[in-house]
Amino acid sequence: MAFKGHQREDENIDEELTPTKQPRNEPDNEAAAPAGRDASERRSSNSTPRHRSDSVKKTRPPFPWFGMDIGGTLVKLVYFEPKDITAEEEQEEVENLKSIRRYLTSNTAYGKTGIRDVHLELQDLTLCGRTGNLHFIRFPTHDLPAFLQMGRNKHFSSLHTTLCATGGGAYKFESDFRTMADLQLHKLDELDCLIRGVLYIDSVVSSGPSECYYFENPTDPDRCIQKPYTLENPYPLLLVNIGSGVSILAVYSETNYKRVTGTSLGGGTFLGLCCLLTGCSTFEEALEMASQGESTRVDKLVRDIYGGNYERFGLPGWAVASSFGNMMSKDKRESVSKEDLARATLVTITNNIGSITRMCALNENIERVVFVGNFLRVNTLSMKLLAYAMDYWSKGQLKALFLQHEGYFGAVGALLELLHPA
Amino acid sequence: LFWSGSTVAATMAEWSGLHSSTSRHTMDKSITLPPDEIFRNLENAKRFAIDIGGSLTKLAYYSTVQHKVAKVRSFDHATKATSDELYEISVQEEVTARLHFIKFENAYIETCLDFVRDHLVNTDTKVIKATGGGAHKFKELIERKLGLRVDKEDEMTCLIKGCNFVLRNIPHEAFVYAKHADSEFRFQTTQPDIFPYLLVNIGSGVSIVKVESEDKFERIGGSSIGGGTFWGLGALLTKTKRFDELLQLASKGQHTSVDMLVKDIYGGSYGSLGLTGDLIASSFGKSATADKGFPKEDMAKSLLHMISNDIGQLACLYAKLHNLSRVYFGGFFIRGHPVTMHTITYSINFFTKGEVQALFLRHEGYLGAIGAFLKGAEEDNPNQYSWGENYAGSSGLMSVSPDMNPMQRARSGTFDMLEMDRLERKLVNLPLLQDASSYIPDTVDLAEDALAREYWLYCFEEALDGVVKRALASQPDMPEAAERAEKFRQKYRHKLQTLRHQPFAYGSLTVRSLLDTREHCLNEFNFPDPYSKIKQRENDMALKYYQKVVKSLEELSWEERQFALIRGVLAGNVFDWGAKAVSDVLESEPEFGFEQAKRKLEERPWLVDSYDQWFERLKGPPHKCALFFVDNSGLDIILGVMPFVRELLSRGTEVVLASNSAPALNDVTNGELQILTESIAAMDPVIQAGLREDRLTLVQSGSSSPCLDLSRLDKVLAMVVRERKTDLVIIEGMGRAIHTNYYAMLSCESLKMAVIKNSWLADRLGGKLFSVVFKYEVPAAGHDSEALTPP
Repeated sequence: MAFKGHQREDENIDEELTPTKQPRNEPDNEAAAPAGRDASERRSSNSTPRHRSDSVKKTRPPFPWFGMDIGGTLVKLVYFEPKDITAEEEQEEVENLKSIRRYLTSNTAYGKTGIRDVHLELQDLTLCGRTGNLHFIRFPTHDLPAFLQMGRNKHFSSLHTTLCATGGGAYKFESDFRTMADLQLHKLDELDCLIRGVLYIDSVVSSGPSECYYFENPTDPDRCIQKPYTLENPYPLLLVNIGSGVSILAVYSETNYKRVTGTSLGGGTFLGLCCLLTGCSTFEEALEMASQGESTRVDKLVRDIYGGNYERFGLPGWAVASSFGNMMSKDKRESVSKEDLARATLVTITNNIGSITRMCALNENIERVVFVGNFLRVNTLSMKLLAYAMDYWSKGQLKALFLQHEGYFGAVGALLELLHPA
Repeated sequence: LFWSGSTVAATMAEWSGLHSSTSRHTMDKSITLPPDEIFRNLENAKRFAIDIGGSLTKLAYYSTVQHKVAKVRSFDHATKATSDELYEISVQEEVTARLHFIKFENAYIETCLDFVRDHLVNTDTKVIKATGGGAHKFKELIERKLGLRVDKEDEMTCLIKGCNFVLRNIPHEAFVYAKHADSEFRFQTTQPDIFPYLLVNIGSGVSIVKVESEDKFERIGGSSIGGGTFWGLGALLTKTKRFDELLQLASKGQHTSVDMLVKDIYGGSYGSLGLTGDLIASSFGKSATADKGFPKEDMAKSLLHMISNDIGQLACLYAKLHNLSRVYFGGFFIRGHPVTMHTITYSINFFTKGEVQALFLRHEGYLGAIGAFLKGAEEDNPNQYSWGENYAGSSGLMSVSPDMNPMQRARSGTFDMLEMDRLERKLVNLPLLQDASSYIPDTVDLAEDALAREYWLYCFEEALDGVVKRALASQPDMPEAAERAEKFRQKYRHKLQTLRHQPFAYGSLTVRSLLDTREHCLNEFNFPDPYSKIKQRENDMALKYYQKVVKSLEELSWEERQFALIRGVLAGNVFDWGAKAVSDVLESEPEFGFEQAKRKLEERPWLVDSYDQWFERLKGPPHKCALFFVDNSGLDIILGVMPFVRELLSRGTEVVLASNSAPALNDVTNGELQILTESIAAMDPVIQAGLREDRLTLVQSGSSSPCLDLSRLDKVLAMVVRERKTDLVIIEGMGRAIHTNYYAMLSCESLKMAVIKNSWLADRLGGKLFSVVFKYEVPAAGHDSEALTPP
C-alpha cells in the first residue's frame, strides 16, 4: 500500500509524477535489494557519475527537442524553441518540424485540456550551443491518446528524433507510443530526471523572479512574505515531490541521492476527497473552495478538548487534535459547508506531508527542504502551511523552500538527457 | 496543526460522536443486570477509579477476598499419640487482595453506579479517581450517585501507568497480530525489562509516547489523522454513523477501485525502486477522475488503508528516530478490532521491512482505568507486589467482539471483567536462564497446534467429572460443597468452551494455562486443595517405607546406587493423580506400590536417555549446589526424591528444594514439605545434618501450578540460587519438565526427568505409556561463569 506519489492539478488534471526513486538502474548493490520497497534505504548507494560531453555540435541531436514526464494525472512537456535559426536552416527545416514549432509556440492552449504555462517560459536560454526559449506545457494523462493521434497526424515519427520520457506513463504507455504514433520512447527514471531538472533550472534562471523562494515570518500571517532564496550550495537537501502521491528524497549531490520514503496522501488524495466530499471536479475549483472555507469547523482542535493549550505536552490550543474529528458528530456534519470540507482536506493533507517531511529531515539530519510538484501550483495556502509547519514544529530549525517551476522538473530532466546523455 | 491528537482528545471526541447512539440505549437501563456476578466483592471495596471513554466505561476497585486455604500443621509431640497421622489439615479463611476491573457500555452507567452504591459497605472511601474524555461529562452523575468526590487524573499518565502495570504483571499481555497465520495472535513472552517502549495511542487523534521508566515518559509526537478522521471522514463519505459499522464496511470493500496504484501509473511495478504494482501511489487518487460514484465499502476500505498506513509510517519514523523497537498500539481505533490490527501490522511491516513489530495488548481497554486506580492507590504501593491474572474471574480477550458478534455489541449487557490477585511474594526470573528475554516456558502452543488443542481440551473436559468428585470428597463435612462443586464444573466447562472458540482468550493456550485455569476455578469456589487428604494419606504411608528404601540403596554398590536412585525418582513420579492413566490405576488398585511402579517403567534405553552422560558426570567433582523443582506428594517426594537428595548431600552438594507455594493437584506444597523433611530428618542423620548445617534448604517456588514458569519465581528462591552459586537444576515431572521447560536453556547443568503418563503425549513423542524422559544437559562453554554473575 501506500505511498509514492502523484498529484493532480487542475481541470484537466495534471499530474505529476512521483514515484520514487532510488538509485538508478545501475547494477548498484542496493537498488537491487529485494526488500527495497519503499522507505529508507541507507544512503551510500547510488551514484552514477555522469560525464557530460560538451562536444557540442557533433553530438547535438536534431530538432525538435522535447522532454516529457508522464505522471499518473498530468503529462508535463517541455519544448525548446530555437530562436537562432539561420535562413539556411529555415529553408532546410522540414515542413513537419516547422508546423510543430508554430503550433506549440503560437498557442497557449491545446485542445480542451492542454495548457502552456506562459509565465514559466524561459527565454534566451542557451542549450547545446543553441539559443532559444523553453516552453512548459501540461495536459491530463487521460488525454494522452489525443496527443498521440496528433503526433501521428503530424507525422512526428518522420523527424527521427528521440523522445525522452520519464514518469510512470513512459512505461505504461510505451507500447501505445509505438503502435499509435510509431514513436520509440527513450525511458528515463523519474527521480533522476527530477533532480537533474531541479538543479538545472535553478542554475539557469537568472533574470525575473528568483526560481527558489521561501516565506519569511511564516508563523506570523501579517508579516509572512515571499522572499527569494539562493540555492548556491544546496546539499544536503530534502526534496519533497508532491504529485498525486508524495516522494521524499535525500539529495547529497546531483548523482547521490536516495528515496527516503513516500506517502500515498498527496495531491491526488486532496482532489479525490474534495471531489467526493464537495462534488467539485477540478483542482482549481477545489482550491478555490478551500480558500473560502474554515477547517476549524471540521477538525477538532486541542482547545476543543482542553479549552485551551494542553500544557502537559506543550500542545497549543489551535493545533488540530483530530482531522475531521468534529465530523463524528451528526449535528456538526450537518452544519459544515463544502468550502469548510475542502479547506479541511487541504489542511489535513498538507500538514500530514509536513509532518512526515519533518520526521524525515530529523532522521536524515537535513535542515533544508525543497517542496516541488504540481500540488503546489497556484496553491499558496499549502505552501504557507508547509512553511509554517516546518518552522513552528522544528522551532526554526527547518527551512521550507519552493521553486517556481513546481511540476516541470522531471520533464526538464528528460530533455537534458536528450541533449547530454548521462 | 496536525500532529497533535491525543488520547484525551480521542475519548472526548469519541464521546460526543457516540452521543446519539448512547441515548438510543436509554431504555436498556432498565435491563436487569446479573451484577452479583460482575461487581464482586463490593463489601470490602475501596479505592475506586473510573475511566469513561466514548462508548465504554471501565470501573476499577480494590477489594479483599476471603477465601479458604488449606493449611497443614504438624501435630506436636504431646498430642501425636492420639493419631498416627503426621500432620493435620485445616481449612482456614485467608484474606487476599484482588483488583477488579469491569468494562461495560456507557448506557449502563447509571444502573451500575446505583448497584455499586447499594452494595458499598466500606464507608472510608471518599474519592473516586476519574479519567477519560467522558469523566468530565459524568462527573456530576458519579458524585451524586456514589457520594464520592471525583478526582480527575491526566489521561495520558493513567494510560502509561496502566500499560506498565499490565506489561509487568501479565504474562502474554502483548501480542503480534497475524491475520493469515494458523493462530492470529502470537503472544510475546514477558521481558525482564519492559522499558523503553513506544506507545502509539490511536484515539480520535494519535499520540506517540516514549516510555523510558515507570515515571518517565514523553509525548514525542502525534498526528491529527487518527480514529476520528476515519470516523468523521468515513461518516461523510458513506453516510454510515457508527464506528463499528464503518469498520465492517471497510472489511468488505475493495480499495483498488478508489486508490491509484503504482500499476495504474506504471502499468506494472516501479522496478528500480522495488515498488510493486499493487502499492498505493495515491489514496483516493481515482476518485477525482471517475465520474461515477463508489461503493461505500470501497471508500471505507481506502480510508482505512490511508489512515492505517499513515499512522504506521509515522510510528516507524518516530521509532527509528528514537531507536526503539518495541511499539505498542492502543486506543479505540485498535481496541479489539482485527481489521485495524491487521492494517496497522501490515503498514509497520511494510515501512520497517520487519525490523519493528506492531504489538497489541490484551487488556488495552483497561489501561486508563488501571492507571487511574494506581494513582489513587499509591499509598498502598501496589507496584511493590506482583499480581497475577485470575483466569476464573477474567473474561479473556474479545469476550465482547464487534466483529465476532455485532448483534451482541449493538445493545448489550455484556460485561467484560479482569481480576488480578495480589501474589504473596514478588516474582522474578530464575537467574540461571540462559536468555531470559527469549525464554518460553511452554513446550507446545496449543493455539498453533490444532490437533494438540483438540486433544487437550477434550482431555480436560473428560477429566472434569473426576475433579468435581475429588473436590467434593475433600470437603465431606460441608453440606453446600455439592452446590459449589457444581458451580465449579459449570465455570470450568464454560472456560473450556470459550477456549475452544477463542484459544487466544488468556494469552497462549497451553497445557499449563488449562491446568492453571482449573486451579483458579477450584479456588474460586473454595476448593483450595481437593487432594489434601490423599496427599496426607500417601505421605504417611510413604514415610513408613523411607528407611527401608534408604537401607536397600545403601546396600548397593556406588554404581548400582546411582542408577537405582534415578529409577527411584522416576518410579515415584509414576504416582500422579493429575494423570488420568495413573489416577485410574490408583483408584482401582490402591495397593499399587512403589515396586510395581518400577516395573511399569520403561527399560533403558529410555525415550530420551542421557543417563550415561549423567553417570560420567557423577564420577567427577560434586556440584556446588543443586536446585530441585519437586513434583508430587507421597511416594514421589519421599521415596523417590529424598533418597536422591540424600545422595547429593553426601557427595557434598548443597540442595535447594523448591516446591509450590500453594496447592495444585497432588503436588507437594512448601508447607507439607517442611513437615515431611523434618520428619525424615528425625530418622535420617544425613538429612538432619543437611538441615542443621543449612546445606539443605526448602524454598517456595512462588507458583501454585502443576507446571513451572521459570520467569515467575519467588524472589527469595532467586536470591538463594544466586547466593549458593547453584550449578545444577533438576526439574521433575511431566508438568514441569515436559509440558513446560522441555526446551528451556539454562546456563548451568540441568536434569529433566519425567515419566510420560499420558498415552497421547507418549505417542506424540514417539514413545509409549510410562516412557521415560531423562534429559541431562550441559550448556555450551562460556555460560557457566555468566550464570553466577549477579544481574
